[in-house]
Amino acid sequence: MAKQEKRQDKKKEVEKKEETSAPAANISKKGEKIKEDLDKLMDKIDDVLEENAEEFVKNYVQKGGE
Amino acid sequence: MKSRIFGTETEYGIVVRDDGSSDPVNNSILVIGSCPVLPATHILWDYENENPLNDARGFEIEGEKERPGPEYNRLLNKLMFNGGRLYVDGAHPEFSTPECLTPREVVAYEKAGERIMELCRETSNRIHRRDNGTLLYKNNTDGKGNSYGYHENYLVERSVPFDRLLTELVPFLATRQIFTGAGKARSENHTDAVDYQISQRADFFEVLVDLNTMVKRPIMNTRDEPHADSSKYRRLHVIVGDSNMSEISTYLKVGTMLLVLAAVEEGELSGISFENPVRAIKEVSRDLTLKKKYRLADGRELTAIDIQRVYLEKAKKVFKHEKEGYSKELLARWESVLNQLEEEPALLSKELDWLIKKELMESYMAKKKCGWDDPRISMMDLQYHDISHEKGLYYAMERDGFVTRLITDEEITRAMDYPPEGTRAYFRGMCLRKFPKEVYAASWTSVLFDTGNAVIKRIPLMDPFKGNKALVEKIFNSSFSVRELLEKLAS
Repeated sequence: MAKQEKRQDKKKEVEKKEETSAPAANISKKGEKIKEDLDKLMDKIDDVLEENAEEFVKNYVQKGGE
Repeated sequence: MKSRIFGTETEYGIVVRDDGSSDPVNNSILVIGSCPVLPATHILWDYENENPLNDARGFEIEGEKERPGPEYNRLLNKLMFNGGRLYVDGAHPEFSTPECLTPREVVAYEKAGERIMELCRETSNRIHRRDNGTLLYKNNTDGKGNSYGYHENYLVERSVPFDRLLTELVPFLATRQIFTGAGKARSENHTDAVDYQISQRADFFEVLVDLNTMVKRPIMNTRDEPHADSSKYRRLHVIVGDSNMSEISTYLKVGTMLLVLAAVEEGELSGISFENPVRAIKEVSRDLTLKKKYRLADGRELTAIDIQRVYLEKAKKVFKHEKEGYSKELLARWESVLNQLEEEPALLSKELDWLIKKELMESYMAKKKCGWDDPRISMMDLQYHDISHEKGLYYAMERDGFVTRLITDEEITRAMDYPPEGTRAYFRGMCLRKFPKEVYAASWTSVLFDTGNAVIKRIPLMDPFKGNKALVEKIFNSSFSVRELLEKLAS
């Protein structure tokens, strides 16, 4: 029983190693995809960003709190 | 791990568009007064046991205690089903979580407070016909030298000397911003100029230790109001942290503090002391590479990550045999975050606020071909913290999968409606749920009932560990009136 478990653990380890040593091309592809998605999000940001950013930020004055 | 009670307070920045008078106190009152999820509107905050002027160094500062009349009391204070407090503090709406026992719990209750605030905002806009006029920000600065706070409160045994806490915690607090910082474009409060820094609050800390929270802010605050038996406990009031949008940043902020406090109590001391902590906290905030070394009082030179690792090792030693509880998960995450920050901070650009925000701003600048001085970047710096899910940029990042979460929406919804089960917050929350009409007033340390008799009956809750579900659930289940509840509590 114990041996079997050990063997399984080893198998898992090997699988893990394989996962982490996935081809570099895949990783950079993933990175590119994230960049693309972020790029798309940036267009949407303009739709929600307060208009007249400069004015808005200038007028945002708070009393110190606490 | 010994149980520890703790919770957080969050002040929100407030704007009402097209508001000629712009009175922030009045605006804050209108926002919390619109809360659609209250047990009752007549309940008072009981100020009887409040004394924020006690100093941990062993004296009481002279000053006027806050005692508003009943009408104003009701305008300023709302007690919530979850045992928390919604109120107006100074010129800001604020939410205090109920007393919690685990860091995951505090994340859920803090987010619940944010959602309750958002419900208040929407309702207020509707009632007062302000369209989308009221905006709330969970941040800490207006970018012009005015800061509002985020405070953590930890119950600490009175037997631990304050001096030991001070010495041990300052280097920890000055460096933990590398995972708790909420990020800020530029600098303020007459500090060195910078494009982007790690912390919202670092620019505001001018002294090492004091009772003040509003001017000349100290890294270690000495407010010693334990809301419990003061011969047994002190309150550690931590004012140096940022408000976080990221659940993981909040979890690490509160969680690592719990581990370090336990280590200090056990006498596992780091031995670290900055040559100049007030300068160090600002320098750490400005070093985005996390490679800079800081000079310690004993002449050693360590990076912020090195310093955090010293505290991590002490905590590991204290908790090495602990199998249950939250310490294992916390230690693992703390270590892995430090490892990743050391390897490449950008690895955490979905986890930690200052890196999520940095990724957002840098992507925008690349796309729009603009720089840090563009007013749209300053706007993003603010709007990242907008708690509206339609307008908030943190939530825009979350929606599109650029934020890793820690808890679920179900946990947050539950935390809006129900108190934590392990502390006296359970008793408070259940009284408010079951007998809202008869609750006359309540506070951290009391629930007062008006049953129509000659006197108001006061139930003291001085022990924050009592009144939990295990102790009082049966009493609530078998009490169908306040009279029955009071009889059973007395017997």
